Amino acid sequence: MLRFLIRRLLLLILVLFGVLILVFTVGRMIPGDPARVMLGERATEDMVQNMREKLGLNEPLVIQFGIYFSNILKGDMGTSITQFQPVVDIIKEHFLATFELAFMSVLWSVIIGIPIGVLAAKKKDSFFDYASMSIALFGVSMPVFWIGLILIIIFSVNLHWLPASGREIGIFEAVFLFLQTWDFSILWKGFSYIVMPSLALGSMFAALIARMTRSSMLEVLNENYIETAFAKGIKEKKVINKHAKRNAMIPVVTVIGMQIGSLMGGAVLTETVFAWPGLGRELVDAIFSRDYPLFQGIILFAAMFFAVSNLAVDIIYGFLDPRIKYQ
Amino acid sequence: MDFTTNTTKNKWYRSRNFYRAIHNKRLTMGTILVFVILIFAVFAPLIAPEEIFSIDFKSRLAHPSAEHILGCDDFGRDLFSRIVYGSRVSLIVGLISQLVAMTMGTALGMVAGYYGNIIDNIIMRIMDVFFSFPSLLLAIALMTAFGTNLSNIILAIGIVYTPQFARIVRGSVLSIKEKEFIESAKAQGMSDLRLILKHLFPNIMGPIVIYATMGIGDAILTEAGLSFLGLGIQPPTPSWGGMLSNGKNFISVAPFEVIFAGIAIVLTVLAFNTLGDGIRDYLDPKQNQ
Repeated sequence: MLRFLIRRLLLLILVLFGVLILVFTVGRMIPGDPARVMLGERATEDMVQNMREKLGLNEPLVIQFGIYFSNILKGDMGTSITQFQPVVDIIKEHFLATFELAFMSVLWSVIIGIPIGVLAAKKKDSFFDYASMSIALFGVSMPVFWIGLILIIIFSVNLHWLPASGREIGIFEAVFLFLQTWDFSILWKGFSYIVMPSLALGSMFAALIARMTRSSMLEVLNENYIETAFAKGIKEKKVINKHAKRNAMIPVVTVIGMQIGSLMGGAVLTETVFAWPGLGRELVDAIFSRDYPLFQGIILFAAMFFAVSNLAVDIIYGFLDPRIKYQ
Repeated sequence: MDFTTNTTKNKWYRSRNFYRAIHNKRLTMGTILVFVILIFAVFAPLIAPEEIFSIDFKSRLAHPSAEHILGCDDFGRDLFSRIVYGSRVSLIVGLISQLVAMTMGTALGMVAGYYGNIIDNIIMRIMDVFFSFPSLLLAIALMTAFGTNLSNIILAIGIVYTPQFARIVRGSVLSIKEKEFIESAKAQGMSDLRLILKHLFPNIMGPIVIYATMGIGDAILTEAGLSFLGLGIQPPTPSWGGMLSNGKNFISVAPFEVIFAGIAIVLTVLAFNTLGDGIRDYLDPKQNQ
């Protein structure tokens, strides 16, 4: 176990170094001169040259990478060109909004996806099975941002039930305040802003989980020990919940873990649709305002977060299923 | 003359494989759907009732009517025509980007799996680096660096999906490598390249084809996402993602562009996903529940 952990950590460091090289290369490939973008159109050639010197852009690429690398190690991702703030601060400021969105999406998809998958497997070939699996097939084929737009058309434009964009109060903060004051209007406010973005982002995930759960359950239900359990006269409900569901959940948990990354990609689109003030929207803004340091910082952060969460899933996976041996 | 009657009996449409294919609902459905979409893309100029660039401000944001069955966008351009033409972008990007990913991933995966050791390690660690980016974010980063045009989109999405193919192919090669027929081919003095192409490649085709078909839908979704963000196909060329992006500005007065362009995406992705499921059932009946 310890050897596995050390090996995986070393590999992670190697991969993260590669990620750093890739992000650096992409940053250098972006057309246009960062110094010129920083100073604006009216800057003279001298000013641009001075700026290039100051930013170290005149050094050879290897040295530039060295500077970049040592800065990252010190936790310095540079300063945003458009917001005049350290990139690290901007990421800290917007991370919570994206995390809330991802958290709620996973919550929805688990609440919706797993029971549907279990029920569809239990009632295989029934009307419910066909109906729910057809919807799930549609679900995995829909762009998350389109679902977001459709939700806006229905619940904001036509019914006026929910706000179409923004985030006046975070859901965690709302829950926290609610527990202090028992004021339902605060809870509703927090909920009303996040419900559509998180449902849109979680829909594809829910469909995926429902499909996975169903096929995994069907596999488990065919096992001998399930037959044994039935033969012993244990009630169906107990067999499903205690014997089958637990074992069927293992591959589903892996899929949830592995798809956290696609959630982060989807968050970029969802945040754009709902003007959700998270990292995804910052990233899109950074691209179009040619804010290189911010762009590089967010991409790097996302990749690092993804790599670390993948490792975490691998380790948790082993705890869930003692049969898996680490090598 | 008995021989001839014997051969007519064995026509392809009487074969067991064809029987299995035609009775595979998902395969038939998927094939028909994909075929219909292909027809729309190929014969777009014949099917589309109007010029896609012809601006007509009198019918700006027009609702669906007999004249414009799906309505018009904010330039008064016929939405049905633009959606028909938009299928071209989606199909080209979806198909060719998967072809690119399949070619690069298969080549890298076979080399890594076959030679092993250092080569394997170098290739797979590089793949790990690409793999550690959420796919849409990697596509966004690459598009920002490459600049927006059709071939760059195909290349960017192709790169994004390469590591997955490499992993699958490497895994398959590792399991096949130890089989006797590879040993015997080696013993006969077959060259590495010939061995890879003649013996390894045919044996790993199944999973690759399944994976590529499933991937087309994903690639189309990625392209739509990129175009939606403004990093993909640039207007006025019609693309479904771009239409969603444009339509969202008029969502309260004329939601048709958003609704119909989205339906076009869903149906196309659904078609390829169904076809992928069908091919998997056909090639790997053991997995069929």
